[in-house]
Amino acid sequence: MTAFKAYRALQALAMPALLVVALALTKVAHPDFGAFDLQSLALGALPLALAAAAQTVVVISGGIDLSVGSQIAVANVLSASLMQHASFTQSLLLSLLVLAAGAAQGLVNGLVVAVSRIPDVVATLTAGFIWGGVALLILERPGGGAPPAYLNLASGQDFGPWLPNALLVMIVAIAAIWLPIRFTRIGLLIYAAGSDPVAAFRSGVNVRDARTLAYVFSGLACAVGGMALTMTTGIGAPLAGSYYTLSSVAAIVIGGVSLLGGRGGMVGPVIAALLLTLAPMDLIFLGIDPNYGQVIQGSLIVLVVMIAGLFAYFQDRK
Amino acid sequence: MQGSLIDANRPAAKSPALFLKAVGMGGASPLLSIRGVAKTFGAVTALRSADLEVAPGEVHALMGANGAGKSTLVKIITGVFPADSGQMSLAGKPALFRSPAEARRAGIVSVYQDPALVPDLTVAQNMRLARVPLDAVKAAMRDLGIENVDLETKARRVDFAILRLIDLARALASKPSILMLDEITAALPADLSDRVFAVVREWRQRGSSVIFISHRMAEVTALCDRATVLRDGITVGVTLTQGAQEKIVGMMLGDEVAKAAATPVARRPLAASTKPPALEVENLSYGHMLNGVSFKVQRGEVLGVAALEGQGQEALFDCIAGVRRAASGSVKADGERLNLRHPADAIRAGLVLVPANRLESLLPQRSIQENVALAGFGRLRDWGPIAFGAERLRVGRAVTKLQIDTRAAAEVRRLSGGNMQKVVIARWIAAGFKTLLCFDPTRGIDIGTKRQIYALLREVAEQGAAVLLFTSELPEIRLACDRAIVLFGGRISGEMGAAEASEARLMRAAHGLPHADSAA
Amino acid sequence: MKAAFEFLRTHTFYALILLLALFVVFVEIIRPGTVTPLWASNALMFAAPLAIMGGGQTLVMLTGGIDLSVSAVATGSAYLLATNASRGDGYALAIALSLGVVVGIINGIGVALLRVQPLVMTLGTGLMTGGIMIVYSQQMMASQPHVPEFIQTLGAGKVATFVPVDLFLWVVIGGLILFGLHRTGFGRLVYAVGDNREACHLSGVRVWRVLFVDYLLCAILASITGLVLVGGTNAADLSLAESYLLPSVACVVIGGTSIFGGRGGYGGTIIGALILTVLTGLLTLLDVSEPAKQILFGAIILTLAAAYARLTE
Repeated sequence: MTAFKAYRALQALAMPALLVVALALTKVAHPDFGAFDLQSLALGALPLALAAAAQTVVVISGGIDLSVGSQIAVANVLSASLMQHASFTQSLLLSLLVLAAGAAQGLVNGLVVAVSRIPDVVATLTAGFIWGGVALLILERPGGGAPPAYLNLASGQDFGPWLPNALLVMIVAIAAIWLPIRFTRIGLLIYAAGSDPVAAFRSGVNVRDARTLAYVFSGLACAVGGMALTMTTGIGAPLAGSYYTLSSVAAIVIGGVSLLGGRGGMVGPVIAALLLTLAPMDLIFLGIDPNYGQVIQGSLIVLVVMIAGLFAYFQDRK
Repeated sequence: MQGSLIDANRPAAKSPALFLKAVGMGGASPLLSIRGVAKTFGAVTALRSADLEVAPGEVHALMGANGAGKSTLVKIITGVFPADSGQMSLAGKPALFRSPAEARRAGIVSVYQDPALVPDLTVAQNMRLARVPLDAVKAAMRDLGIENVDLETKARRVDFAILRLIDLARALASKPSILMLDEITAALPADLSDRVFAVVREWRQRGSSVIFISHRMAEVTALCDRATVLRDGITVGVTLTQGAQEKIVGMMLGDEVAKAAATPVARRPLAASTKPPALEVENLSYGHMLNGVSFKVQRGEVLGVAALEGQGQEALFDCIAGVRRAASGSVKADGERLNLRHPADAIRAGLVLVPANRLESLLPQRSIQENVALAGFGRLRDWGPIAFGAERLRVGRAVTKLQIDTRAAAEVRRLSGGNMQKVVIARWIAAGFKTLLCFDPTRGIDIGTKRQIYALLREVAEQGAAVLLFTSELPEIRLACDRAIVLFGGRISGEMGAAEASEARLMRAAHGLPHADSAA
Repeated sequence: MKAAFEFLRTHTFYALILLLALFVVFVEIIRPGTVTPLWASNALMFAAPLAIMGGGQTLVMLTGGIDLSVSAVATGSAYLLATNASRGDGYALAIALSLGVVVGIINGIGVALLRVQPLVMTLGTGLMTGGIMIVYSQQMMASQPHVPEFIQTLGAGKVATFVPVDLFLWVVIGGLILFGLHRTGFGRLVYAVGDNREACHLSGVRVWRVLFVDYLLCAILASITGLVLVGGTNAADLSLAESYLLPSVACVVIGGTSIFGGRGGYGGTIIGALILTVLTGLLTLLDVSEPAKQILFGAIILTLAAAYARLTE
């Protein structure tokens, strides 16, 4: 195995290894860590994992989506208000509606970025503001609900105590979003658009369409995230989204996806989402004030990027 | 402008039939025919009226000085953007391509200097992206002798020259009827260039045509059947390439200018000096690119550096200018050894760099004034209030001296290439310097401005500065320099006075060949 | 007509003033009698903190960056001031401003020295600062925060009935920013680094110094903004400046500064801040729900930014 291949293998294993280490440390800090805690972890991490997935696709395509949190909020309140008095079957059908709405949101985001020529940072920041307003329009204050069988889809434990539904939903949903990208032409287009739009254009790629498609994927992932939030909290909260925007960026940074685009995968950010959810739990286990959670999250981002910057700095100084 | 290319108001510049007869290819109907194509970008007219005719099974050279419009014409043909006016027809039928994909479907494929491969995808993925069958690519790669490349490597990890060839293989794999090669041999080592030629000849046998853009006259006469010459956006002539070197140069430069360009700039003989050399480089090394280079430049002297692509000249200039840190060796200015860790160190010692790519050293959205004054803000004490009067004076003097056209003064990116280069030089005139390091300053610049820059270098030298000049165009050495050194493989392979610096002699040294005793 | 359009195109500043005037006219149309000197003075008073925060954001965006930690720094400084006022006004002021200095230095190290992308770096420091404030507030539960008199005057006071006190601060800071950007070497370098960092390096400029000071200044301005805001609300609140983040970026973009750097200036930001303040007021007058206002606000910003992008193509 060449040195380079070894380095790459190491890179691929880094995040899963980190997760194992974190879980091990958790077990040490809290020997009673059991199925219940795993359930809490899965429930807490699910919406963030989907937010991270949404952000990953857009960032790989060369953009960024600062409206992720607001989109999740919209899907959350939409599903909670529609499903409040619905039967289980109805709620499943309504889920499709919410998915469609999410795709539409993503399409709007993508078109705004493409047509307005506004840089995506500003465009999605503003779009997020608008979607936040839409969420408030649907539900002015927390409320709504969904049939218990629907909630159980994520909050239940139908497959035994060690395989929470939330974990399954996470795996299935993210696979559904990522596998088409990983293994079909769509993925090639998205990676190409993010890696080198000029070369992509010359190779016959419609870069604008590829980027818009990435935003649609983001919209879908956020829709699932919002519905997951409904399932795990039981209600819709219009302001629930704000945490997820910044955290999704944190997850992709920690998960090793380059903001420049064209590089990275889904495993890193999803594991990062788990880590970001696990950290506050560990704090509680260790008896540290859980309010330190945000400090830790922010510091983690800062540390990770500064260390990465240090590496690059020393490399350049040849 | 969208819509058809037909412009009924523009008469055909020349009668194509007469031309074809004149150049001995009468009778065959052209595969590609372009008449009167024009294109303007904002204030810059890239093409005024370009004509081109390519017969089937022909290798056709497209020639012209940089800025003559060749790349623009190629981009129009391959659908990167539409022409403003003119006609284009393919195999007798009118054609207009709105995207490279469309052009490719019609059988026109181009290969540019920058390989169109996405860096973060593997070579195989890039092929899938462009919808090119992998087997065809592999076959083409075999023809080019690069079949050993692992298709699963990411494009960014492939050697640049090989990447170029892969780009070519991809183009060939789509079985184009017209293949356009834009400066494909630039930065290619000789053995790979030969493979390209072999493949090009083979494609001609098969009835495809090739449009070949290159600055290297030897290649053009060896490989191409005919040449179309562009000058200032107009087609000035079409000729068979056999024995037509002088004729082509004349067409490219315009005969008057060609004659003038052949006379060296007037110079005073160099007085002997007891002072230490303005610049002394001793045993300079950098990675595997530079291997112990030593030379001196006296005050008042213009020392030319000649080399083929990639022989270490970039590393040499970067190390002297403080952009890269040499691994070993020393750089002395006026006898004092320098510790170069940042361009500011070099600039403080009077060593200033004019890079080849002017975009690298210009602020595109800022005014000429801001650009010229930029070097005056390097030190912390310059962060305070600006003395506008003094600045305007300094900048004004430099601008006048260089005869910069200030019509587009507000944003430097709107200037022509020649004027942009002048702004870069003006910056150093305004800031003051002792040694000017010019790296291919006249690349891509029209002949008139070239002359001005040579004269300027001469003047600057006569006023006491030293000039180190790298040029990729060998005739420039004799025109602008007092002495010349030649780099090959990171070492100096030849040293000669301007009088002896004939193209032939420089070429031999540039290829690492020993100097033949008979004068060229 | 076309000539007028061309004029506006090259002198976008006047287009912005026109737009501002338009919005003021709308306000008067929707509720006649609203536009009075008092109304104008209130508008200026509310625009001042946004414009000060926008000033810092302008400095940073001119170099091609962005600072997402400004709202956290503003909130944090305000909170520190209020909770330390009992130990003396001067002391509290020093502590409050030092938060801006510290965050600015961290941002500067990350962006200038380690070449971290500004978006990510300031995202992290913003979260860190917000998180630290949360922990700090928990521990401060017992003590009584209060806002010093002079800050209250700064944030909510008026001179001669119509001139808001914070306008003086705004004028001073604005003057310094304008002078700095257009008449000093540092200002030239801010534009230059934003336009082409490599060119600056080749011309002997130590780019990291420029960026470091740039982000430091932005954080300090954010700090000052927090003080003005808390003076206006007279309460220590952990979400004080949260809603100022998007507007601080928006007023710079609308004002004509390119997010890619190298072009623009504070003049446009000033008008941008005024436009956004009047717009907020305009939306308040409309008989629509809060969410609808939010949507409209966002939509209008998008339209303005898009129009601007097209105009300056």
